[in-house]
Amino acid sequence: MPNHLLEVDRLKVVFPTRRGTLVAVDDVSFHIDQGEVLGVVGESGAGKSLTGAAIIGLLEPPGRIAGGEIRLDGRRIDNLPYSQLRRIRGKEIGAVFQDPLTSLNPLYTIGKQLTETIETHTDMTPTKARERAVQLLKDVGIPAAEKRIESYPHQFSGGMRQRVVIALALCANPRIVIADEPTTALDVSIQAQIIALLKRLCQEHGTAVMLVTHDMGVIAETADRVAVMYAGRVAEIGPVRDVIKHPKHPYTIGLMGAIPAIGHGTERLTQIEGAMPRLTDIPRGCAFNPRCPKVFDRCRSERPDLLATETSLASCWLYDDQRAPAREAAHV
Amino acid sequence: MSETAARPLVEVQDLARYFDVSKPLLNRLLEGGKRQILRAVDGVSFDIPRGRTFALVGESGCGKSTVARCVVGLYPLSRGKMIFEGVDIASMRTREAMRPFRRRLQMIFQDPYASLNPRWRVRDIIAEPIRAHAILSGREAIDARVDELLTQVKLNPRDGEKYPHEFSGGQRQRISIARALASNPEFLVCDEPTSALDVSVQAQILNLMKDLQRDLGLTYLFISHNLAVVHHMSDEVGVMYLGRLVERAPSKELFRFPRHPYTQMLLDTIPDIDMTGRQRQPVAGEVPNPIDPPPGCPFNPRCAFANDRCRTEVPVAKRAGEALVACHGIEEGRVPVIERVPAPVAA
Repeated sequence: MPNHLLEVDRLKVVFPTRRGTLVAVDDVSFHIDQGEVLGVVGESGAGKSLTGAAIIGLLEPPGRIAGGEIRLDGRRIDNLPYSQLRRIRGKEIGAVFQDPLTSLNPLYTIGKQLTETIETHTDMTPTKARERAVQLLKDVGIPAAEKRIESYPHQFSGGMRQRVVIALALCANPRIVIADEPTTALDVSIQAQIIALLKRLCQEHGTAVMLVTHDMGVIAETADRVAVMYAGRVAEIGPVRDVIKHPKHPYTIGLMGAIPAIGHGTERLTQIEGAMPRLTDIPRGCAFNPRCPKVFDRCRSERPDLLATETSLASCWLYDDQRAPAREAAHV
Repeated sequence: MSETAARPLVEVQDLARYFDVSKPLLNRLLEGGKRQILRAVDGVSFDIPRGRTFALVGESGCGKSTVARCVVGLYPLSRGKMIFEGVDIASMRTREAMRPFRRRLQMIFQDPYASLNPRWRVRDIIAEPIRAHAILSGREAIDARVDELLTQVKLNPRDGEKYPHEFSGGQRQRISIARALASNPEFLVCDEPTSALDVSVQAQILNLMKDLQRDLGLTYLFISHNLAVVHHMSDEVGVMYLGRLVERAPSKELFRFPRHPYTQMLLDTIPDIDMTGRQRQPVAGEVPNPIDPPPGCPFNPRCAFANDRCRTEVPVAKRAGEALVACHGIEEGRVPVIERVPAPVAA
């Protein structure tokens, strides 16, 4: 089997609390290949950001990885000591977060922050590092980069700051960038610019991106494949076009129907009744079963694994060839 | 849309709201600064027929929320009129004069976590407008009305005994809607009512709002930055940019024939969820500082069609087809208007 760039294998993230252990990410598996954009989409509390944080080793205690493996180029990185993980983070895995203001140090010029990162991860001389910093700023589309490099973060607008953060993430030419809601804090016209920038940069540098977002539109624009998360689990994963146009998991079907779209003259949006369960009471069996319009007995007792459909993988018993009632009925 | 003989329920005429953002007087005297006036809203006009939805759309800082607050009377107007059923309520100076109108217009806010008092039971939150406007008296009558309102927004009457923290974001927004409906209003101002919610919950709230409009004959002023939501909800749309209305048109017309270059740009930025692979204009630039807006048309620094006239003369809204557009380029026919083919419905 060929090695993927990043492999996440049955990852489990737990939060011990006084009232028992909460499982926030449960048996999540996926992989990302070189130069590929994997979208991870889900509603608040689905565990998408925690999955990203676990990969870069930035889980906030008491949260911890309780099971599974994360492999970068076939090498396990989830159990590395802090000193080694530090060398991977930034150098091999870059990160872009939602709020650009909190990702930048307000007391240093952006030039200082860029050159510091470059010098930490490569053996460039300060002069070379500065040249690279200017080049990076030009790459992400900051006008008058030679001058703006002396500016402080507060002198930039929100969209420009997010460009700086992206430049910072790309400093050491990482193999993969984890982008957690990179456009959520921005206006729509700026969002379009940032999406186009991310796409262009990965094509040029061959960087893989794990794009975490709640916005299906951003995924449709950017990603090659998409993983839909629900209650800490992957509900469906597959090529983005297939998942969006022909969703298979009942949750994905509901989610796609709930998004108002221009050009679809629908009077009513599809409604998924209820809300995502709290981590304290995730139902037995399939986590989606109390809200699922196609629920049957097995869903309430047994938890489905990712099963192959014609186009994607969906964790839904409807796609278990032997036991799904709909299919049995069809044979009779 | 055909002109109805009846007068629109809400008429907003040349509404403006300025904020003084100067430094304190002493600093100005010592440091020699000038007064600085932020024209958050500068001459916005529209009207809303009874039972219809008018949407305001624009990016952050364009003044859409300021319009909402002026319309319900949370901000006094710097200029202009807010006419409700033929009466200019913005000119009213006393609480007494305003009282009969207060009940009839209500507001729903964006953040359902900040707009509900955490120390009150839901029952009391919803009953407050009923008590304040003395609509009903007697505990039993009020309780019965609160139960009815909770059912109307698809919550359980028993939820009335709980506190806001026991509810999810979507349920809290239902509580906000129930509170807004408590005084039997005719006109609801909804300021980004679903922006803080997840998509599946947003769908529930939007459907609920449409049902309520149909059942109760409500009139909405709907404020949102999300064009797809606006397209879904509204009959007429106003596009705002730097405190001005740049285009106003029936919803169908606006999304089919966007005229103002800013409207065209906004429509281009919507992520292409149907994956039609359509080509689009690259978006350039950012919204300028509203304290120091560019002379002429506020959009001219970002506009591909700007000429000298655009850089000096402020355009006024002129009729173009079914739309009202404030653009010299449209008036002179310099800006091409291309029909946007509605994306094919996914199979």
